[in-house]
Amino acid sequence: MIKLIDLHKSFGKQKVLVGIDLQIEEAKTTVIIGRSGGGKSVLLKHIIGLLRPDRGQVLVDGTDIAKLGDRDLNEIRKKFGMLFQEAALFDSMTVGENVAFPLREHTRMKEKEIRETVADRLRSVGLTGVEEKMPSELSGGMRKRVGLARAIAMRPQIVLFDEPTTGLDPVMTEAINRLIIDTQKKFNFTCVVISHDIQSIFEIGDRIAMLYEGKIIEYGTPEELRASRNPVTVQFLSGSIDGPIRIM
Amino acid sequence: MNRVSGALDRLGRAVLENVEEMGKILLLFISVLAWMFRPPLKLRNIFKQMEFVGVKSIFVVVLTGTFTGMVMALQGYHGFRMFSAESLVGGTVALGMTRELGPVLTSLMVTARAGSAMAAELGTMRVTEQIDALYVMAANPVKHLIVPRVIAGVLMAPMLTVVSDFVGILGGYFVGVHILGINSGIFIKNITRLVELNDIYNGLVKAACFGLILSLIGCYKGFNTRGGAEGVGRATTEAVVLASITILISDYFLTAIMF
Ligand SMILES: Nc1ncnc2c1ncn2[C@@H]1O[C@H](COP(=O)(O)OP(=O)(O)OP(=O)(O)O)[C@@H](O)[C@H]1O
Ligand SMILES: [Mg+2]
Repeated sequence: MIKLIDLHKSFGKQKVLVGIDLQIEEAKTTVIIGRSGGGKSVLLKHIIGLLRPDRGQVLVDGTDIAKLGDRDLNEIRKKFGMLFQEAALFDSMTVGENVAFPLREHTRMKEKEIRETVADRLRSVGLTGVEEKMPSELSGGMRKRVGLARAIAMRPQIVLFDEPTTGLDPVMTEAINRLIIDTQKKFNFTCVVISHDIQSIFEIGDRIAMLYEGKIIEYGTPEELRASRNPVTVQFLSGSIDGPIRIM
Repeated sequence: MNRVSGALDRLGRAVLENVEEMGKILLLFISVLAWMFRPPLKLRNIFKQMEFVGVKSIFVVVLTGTFTGMVMALQGYHGFRMFSAESLVGGTVALGMTRELGPVLTSLMVTARAGSAMAAELGTMRVTEQIDALYVMAANPVKHLIVPRVIAGVLMAPMLTVVSDFVGILGGYFVGVHILGINSGIFIKNITRLVELNDIYNGLVKAACFGLILSLIGCYKGFNTRGGAEGVGRATTEAVVLASITILISDYFLTAIMF
């Protein structure tokens, strides 16, 4: 289980997070929504220790990872998989090598076993026979799916998704959403998803958290959020330009 | 008054920034050393980098080395002829190549070719979050990306320097003997008389130092890239400029210590 307590983060004078309190439930999908530049990616990077908070705690299964040294942090990170916004595939490696990377790094699997596991993970994201391709030869949607295959290669307990569907066509968006739901069910992992896409949010989220001006201002099930009377949430979900959210 | 203090302020800040940067490069060097001796070594990555830094630089190194040796013979000939000492051309070409021009020119060419590529590659990996992806997968980027490049730089710069020395002297021989008509036997005899093994050896030590400098600075600039494609461009330029300057300055001090 992941628990964020009173998380603060500034870059220079810019305060990005000002007291985040959030509990992420196990084996559920939690979606974080909020405006562009609001600090969602920054929040996600705190969960996996890519950024360290100025103040506050990040508890992963009871350990405060904000205070861990590199070695202990790496042990914790092995519980995680992460899909980056632009997939972040290693472009000097083939697709197969990308997916195999965590396996080669952290297991003693034989080459044959690795090859089978890679094929299996790629199949579970709907790709076959792409192992020898380079990432630059793939479309955006395929790259994201390969990124997902790499993220789940080690069967992590927790998977983080940074805007898995932004910039994809509606069909591909739907396919990726299905993929997240299905793989979540199949492996029963804890998912944290950042998304702008209102339709996807309600489709995949068990819990939804709204980040606004550095705080979590709303948290609940999709139904609860739909029924919310908080003007910020109402404006965000309806996509209206009238309301408390300042455009500039 | 105000302008003076403003200028001083800026100067002070620039000095501080440079000192800070040097400190950071030194820290990176220390962590490279620490990771270098922690198994398993990524042999495949190392060979890949050695091929990139070494094998693929041979052509430019041969080209620059040959012509440098040739032009040295030409210049030396005109100078020495005034004292009727044309026979010294071979020795001076060989001495100049092994001590100075071999290591320095080779390293500058490798900086332009491979040092810049290191900065651009790591910079691109930084801005496309590939380096973050390494961290997330509990893999250390210094071990995976920087150690192989630094090892390749330190090993390949001296090897390329050997090539450069050789073709430089060959170029000098060609111009001296075949074009300017110096006696072949005298040309060679003067080389062996003037050049000692120590000259070659010290030149190679220099080259190894330069290889370290160019790969470390290339990796440092790339690794700390900020701000998209523009940032990658900036990192690449800065890496080449800083590495070239550092090579030329440290060449003076290495020479002062060695010879
Ligand atoms: N490493 C960093 N250094 C300095 N500023 C940063 C850094 N990372 C993020 N920021 C700033 O923090 C703010 C929040 O950025 P973040 O990427 O978290 O936004 P976001 O909510 O993910 O937006 P989007 O939905 O557009 O991806 C931005 O204003 C950004 O400029
Ligand atoms: Mg983001």
